[in-house]
Amino acid sequence: MATKGVVNGVIANMVTLKVDGPVSQNEICYIETGGDKLMSEVIKVVGDSVYVQVFESTRGLKVGAPAEFAGHMLEVTLGPGMLSHNYDGLQNDLDKMTGVFLKRGQYTYPLDNDKLWHFVPLCKAGDKVAHSAWLGEVEENFQKLKIMTPFTLQGEWTIKSIAGEGDYRVIDNIAVLENDKGETMDLNMIQKWPVKIPMVNYAVKPRPFKLLETGVRSIDTLNPIVEGGTGFIPGPFGTGKTVLQHAISKQAEADIVIIAACGERANEVVEIFTEFPELDDPHTGRKLMERTIIIANTSNMPVAAREASVYTAMSIAEYYRSMGLKVLLMADSTSRWAQALREMSNRMEELPGPDAFPMDISSIIANFYGRAGYVELNNGKTGSITFIGTVSPAGGNLKEPVTENTKKVARCFYALEQERADKKRYPAINPIDSYSKYLDYPEFDEYIQEHINGDWIDKVNELKTRLLRGKEIAEQINILGDDGVPVDYHITFWKSELIDYAILQQDAFDDVDAVTPLRRQETIVNRVIDICRAEFKFEGFLEVIDYFKKLINVCKQINYCEFESDNYNKYNKELDALVMERKIS
Amino acid sequence: MSAQAFQKIYTKISQITKATCSLNATGVGYDELAVIDGRLAQVVKIAGNQVTLQVFRGTNGIPTNAEVVFLGKAPSLKVSDELAGRFFNAYGDPIDGGAPIEGQEVEIGGPSVNPVRRKQPSELIATGIAGIDLNNTLVSGQKIPFFADPDQPFNQVMATVAMRAKADKIILGGMGMTNDDYLYFKNVFSAAGALDRIVSFMNTTEDPAVERLLVPDMALTAAEYFAVQKNEKVLVLLSDMTSYADALAIVSNRMDQIPSKDSMPGSLYSDLAKIYEKAVQFPTGGSITIIAVTTLSGGDITHAVPDNTGYITEGQLFLRRDSDVGKVIVDPFRSLSRLKQLVNGKKTRKDHPQVMNAAVRLYADAANAKTKLENGFDLTDYDERTLSFAKDYSEKLLAIDVNLDTTEMLDVTWGLFAKYFTPQEVNIKAEIIDTYWPKEK
Repeated sequence: MATKGVVNGVIANMVTLKVDGPVSQNEICYIETGGDKLMSEVIKVVGDSVYVQVFESTRGLKVGAPAEFAGHMLEVTLGPGMLSHNYDGLQNDLDKMTGVFLKRGQYTYPLDNDKLWHFVPLCKAGDKVAHSAWLGEVEENFQKLKIMTPFTLQGEWTIKSIAGEGDYRVIDNIAVLENDKGETMDLNMIQKWPVKIPMVNYAVKPRPFKLLETGVRSIDTLNPIVEGGTGFIPGPFGTGKTVLQHAISKQAEADIVIIAACGERANEVVEIFTEFPELDDPHTGRKLMERTIIIANTSNMPVAAREASVYTAMSIAEYYRSMGLKVLLMADSTSRWAQALREMSNRMEELPGPDAFPMDISSIIANFYGRAGYVELNNGKTGSITFIGTVSPAGGNLKEPVTENTKKVARCFYALEQERADKKRYPAINPIDSYSKYLDYPEFDEYIQEHINGDWIDKVNELKTRLLRGKEIAEQINILGDDGVPVDYHITFWKSELIDYAILQQDAFDDVDAVTPLRRQETIVNRVIDICRAEFKFEGFLEVIDYFKKLINVCKQINYCEFESDNYNKYNKELDALVMERKIS
Repeated sequence: MSAQAFQKIYTKISQITKATCSLNATGVGYDELAVIDGRLAQVVKIAGNQVTLQVFRGTNGIPTNAEVVFLGKAPSLKVSDELAGRFFNAYGDPIDGGAPIEGQEVEIGGPSVNPVRRKQPSELIATGIAGIDLNNTLVSGQKIPFFADPDQPFNQVMATVAMRAKADKIILGGMGMTNDDYLYFKNVFSAAGALDRIVSFMNTTEDPAVERLLVPDMALTAAEYFAVQKNEKVLVLLSDMTSYADALAIVSNRMDQIPSKDSMPGSLYSDLAKIYEKAVQFPTGGSITIIAVTTLSGGDITHAVPDNTGYITEGQLFLRRDSDVGKVIVDPFRSLSRLKQLVNGKKTRKDHPQVMNAAVRLYADAANAKTKLENGFDLTDYDERTLSFAKDYSEKLLAIDVNLDTTEMLDVTWGLFAKYFTPQEVNIKAEIIDTYWPKEK
């Protein structure tokens, strides 16, 4: 019999219940008030008093209201039919909800039980299977999705029967398993998974090494992220975090993109709803929305569900990774999630850690980033979850708990900088503070040598050195004045400006410049490096400035042209001529 | 609001603080209103039989045997077309001497709009101020604050914007507004003959601070009525949100909550987001646009209130006095409208985005030149030209007394480009230069 409880206290979305039986930590319960059932999660137990966080508004809730426990933790329902859907943080299908306003206690089913899927078996009767084995596949939005044995299956089972190729609903029985004790199990296409438990259903998790192309030059060239890698983007407001995130989610070479809009603006989600169905995936030519799932818990939606939303998104990503797919998960913003934890911790009157965040914030963040990764599955295939989170540091100060703890675990760091944003140098990724640890991985070096060219990493490091040198000289010129430094200094400075303008700066709103494929990035890097390595002759610093401004202008025009088009070639010739004008060796 | 027949009256208050009273009561709902000693209060905590009430007007003079009556409902507002042209206090009671409003009673602070039912904002709100329309274009359904020091003329600019924007209704929510500013708004609205389009909810500095917590929700409940029921374009003005946050801090302090940054409650982000996220474009044509004011202390935007606001709103507008031209301008560096790309070059002329960026870039070069000058270095010819450009740009475009349409603004900017620079120096796409660079006459 399910455990029951009654409400004994209410402070905002934290409710205390008196219960009559066993409950488990993180168990789900439903509190009834005024005809609505409010979903809640157990966060603390003291004797027969249970503290729950309610995922809805508690307005009007009274002492004595009845509650019923569900006997399980917060779960996602996984199966075919999730792609291009918009869910809230608890995986309710937002499109199935009625009315313009969200109604309290309205829960909608994430899948479609009536839709038919064309199932093709990959196993036959008599095969031995363990957990997460691929039984068959269905096609959704031109992706082959695997139907798997339960992730929680214990030991080895034999397939007693499996459905033949044909059309089935997700709730139809597609296989029967039997174990050596003669027990049988009926399977359909649906799986359930408790979101807060990592899905460890793979064989090994090696170090990731394959470049994940994003089309953003200051990421791919300077600080690349890899399939199964982790990265984070901290930045004060107004430095272009969201524009950068959207650019990555549009252009990244992934099979599935999951966007967790966690405590951010609703209009940003609307932008995705509106634009993605129209935009083409640059890699497959299909519509972007077809590979995208949105988990929207915008800032005005209930706070407790905000915490759940990132876990929901991660569990869905793990589900697709188990099928051997390349998943990109973006969470905007992990700070809002940490703030949701802080609000609850405060209401429970826990002793606060730094900046009033809960004491265990560092392990919560580390465990979450740890769920991403590149894995080899039990059948030898590979899959990956690349995770990029944004962080919204209070006051733009990177020395705050969420940024610091994220920095310990994420391997790529894209520091957005107010000063660059003020100068409209977008994307405002600071080229000197940002880093990608993957550049140091020998596995990555080997991969890049095969795919781009031998001395790529040397070139990248040369660009970084030149940028740093340029910055140092800019400071000296500020102190000593234009006349106070040798002309050579001006040349070095302007070479770094050329790198900045031609490679780093990219117009996310221009059709061509928004996305640069790797081959084109290689071309522009080679051009710029050649100019940087060349010696030029100038009489005075004014000539330097004038000349490099012309170079920069032509490089920008090149970036705006379709690759290898007539105009592109014309500007390249112009650039050649301009370089020859002044080059001495 | 007073007690009605057959309601249970409690007369034993067990605890009184500056802003809250606690008593034993049963059958009380969370968020419910109560009347205590004739003052309105709201349930903020229930622990068993112990109910804690937040008393909006403060607890001065409340005796332990005061009469407490629970009203069985959350704070609400009666909405109908009668709201138009009226002035109310924070409780939604008329303060203009007129009759109470008849209409449907709606609880304030209602549910959020389902994100999939929103429409992407795409209508430009023209203000005639180039610092806004050219560089930081506003879009209907947007939420944007002025970040301003208390001595800056933000209320005047806000009133100008409100009068020029073509809104069907303007809803003014005043929180801790000085009585003088309140009268200023009233005068501007009546001088413009716009009183029938105005609804005002006012908490002035003369009213108790905690009362102002109701103002934004009251204003937005009225706004939702006009935007949802009447499909109108509603502009909501909220001044000043820092006073609102101060009231939140007072209450959270009285409730013994652990403060986070700058003594603000840990839930500040969610509290502010609940208000600002009411800005919306409905598919049926109605919209709510919020223009707010967040006063800063000495221009410090890292304080918790402007900082959290910046993460919630779709940009921010900064005012600054430009000593070179002696006028108040909209600061092109720190101001930002995040929704501008939805209309720039789409609803305006196609050269708009590039012209805007080029002008700001040149203005930034001028700022560098100015630093050089101040440090006693020689200026190059280019530096001199950027400085002259910056002065003209400030005077003819950024100043808040400018009133042009966007096409005129673009033409004026091209004129300045041609006056001071060569086409190579402005770094704009060649095809746009070819079309718009002013031809020699």
